[in-house]
Amino acid sequence: MEPRSFTVSYAPHVHDGSSTRRIMWSVFGALVPAAAVAVYAFGLDALRVMLLSTILCVAMEGVALLIMRRDPAACLDGSAALTGFLLGLTLPAGLSNGIIVVGAFVAVIVAKQVFGGLGHNPFNPALTSRVFLLIAFPKQLTTWPVPRGLEDIKEYMGLAVTRTTDAVTSATPLAAIKEHAQRAMPNIQLNDLFFGVHTPGSIGEISALALLLGAAFLLYRRIITWHVPVATLATVAVLGGLTHLANPAKYADPVFHLFAGGLFIGAFFMATDYVTAPVWPLGKIIYGVGIGLLTMVIRLWGGYPEGISFAILLMNAATPLLDRYTVPTPFGSRKPDKAAPGQAGGES
Amino acid sequence: MSSLRLFTNGFWRENAAMVLLLGMCPTLAVTTSAFNGMGMGLATLVVLLGSNVVISAIAGFIPKKVRIPSYIVVIATLVTLVDMFMAAYAQDLHASLGLFIPLIVVNCIILGRAEAFASRNGIGPSILDALGMGLGFTTTLFLLGGVREILGNGTLTVFEYKETVIRYLVFSPESVSPILVMILAPGAFITLGFFIALKNYIDGARST
Repeated sequence: MEPRSFTVSYAPHVHDGSSTRRIMWSVFGALVPAAAVAVYAFGLDALRVMLLSTILCVAMEGVALLIMRRDPAACLDGSAALTGFLLGLTLPAGLSNGIIVVGAFVAVIVAKQVFGGLGHNPFNPALTSRVFLLIAFPKQLTTWPVPRGLEDIKEYMGLAVTRTTDAVTSATPLAAIKEHAQRAMPNIQLNDLFFGVHTPGSIGEISALALLLGAAFLLYRRIITWHVPVATLATVAVLGGLTHLANPAKYADPVFHLFAGGLFIGAFFMATDYVTAPVWPLGKIIYGVGIGLLTMVIRLWGGYPEGISFAILLMNAATPLLDRYTVPTPFGSRKPDKAAPGQAGGES
Repeated sequence: MSSLRLFTNGFWRENAAMVLLLGMCPTLAVTTSAFNGMGMGLATLVVLLGSNVVISAIAGFIPKKVRIPSYIVVIATLVTLVDMFMAAYAQDLHASLGLFIPLIVVNCIILGRAEAFASRNGIGPSILDALGMGLGFTTTLFLLGGVREILGNGTLTVFEYKETVIRYLVFSPESVSPILVMILAPGAFITLGFFIALKNYIDGARST
């Protein structure tokens, strides 16, 4: 008898050749412009924070895999490197090395490997770590160096005079608005927020332009879909607009809210994390709206000037529920399907 | 079960905080320093010892239907005694444990041991059980409080009574900033999680 010439296998039968490794490194690449702007703005300190955070995350993932008797080579799949890179981008430049070690430990061990590694973590590891650090080291995490352009690098190469005073720090635009709305508002230039080379803030959040470039690349390569970012940004814009119309003296305009703080890096690069975001289109939109809503509630009325990290983590918690209740009706079916299959990120 | 096994049960195999996951409220809330953890553990131990003795003695008279309210009356009486003694003789500890002393009444370890052990065994084994469970709980709380205090504050407080304070400075807050979150509620959850993971890891390594 002839051997069977066809293979019986489960879906999916069509594969576009993408892999975890490829996706992770694409996102990594999409963040390089933001990192480049940061190095230009904050100097080598920003490079140190990002490099250290990335290397430590990969190393800790390797150690964790060894302890759990899994293949330690899996630490090079790019997910740990991306977590470390994202973590570095959410921290202020000039953060001490010890705090970065704690951050990498929380991101990789507490937020990821404890839950079973890639694909099993309920919360975004980089953001969990950032929020942990923010609560653990409130002073260090809100000390924002003022961007100095190329001074640091010139100094390093011996082209400029060594500065005599310590690095000057300043409030982020969102913190300035929060503390004294009327006085701060006229001082904030939109083009500063857009190019980011003069704005204090987290390493990766300062330049809207660089983040939008990276986001466009991810959308073009279909690594992320439009649902989450568009829903998040639209909600922030609508809420920002409504509050600004209600009381322009107290609340900043919606354009400011869109471009200030970590909204872009959060909406495009963190909220779209495959593991912790819903998989269905409707779920993604509800998730995005929730993130926008919570971000604005925290920004306008909460205790912290920026709320995107908390908002994404809170909506991460809602992801399994959203996955369960937003399963689309398949074409041709008569009744809405009651039994919703468990999806990635939806392990409960 | 041998007497020794009965006693050591509460330390490892059926450790109240790490295996049975009972008494989570004091475990998570008051372990902000090693001494607070120990104080809470000892207060629980005294109540547990008293309730195990009394309940194993009177279990025969109590009708099955009203046993839980009866146990609670016994436990509440003992907790009130402990509360008043601590207010009189260990005022600082009483102040820092605060509400969590009256809350020992609803601590599941005590009611759990009364229902599962003391009501079915004699006074002797009940005393051993209470000592093992109570000391095991105290040790766990002490270690949990110690780890959290070192990470979150840079100190280790072993003893604190009136002027006598035994406190070690592990690192100075000026040179190394402590991880503030470790003495807040999330720190308690994370530390306890790692304690349980470590225990399970050791158990796994021993059984293979």
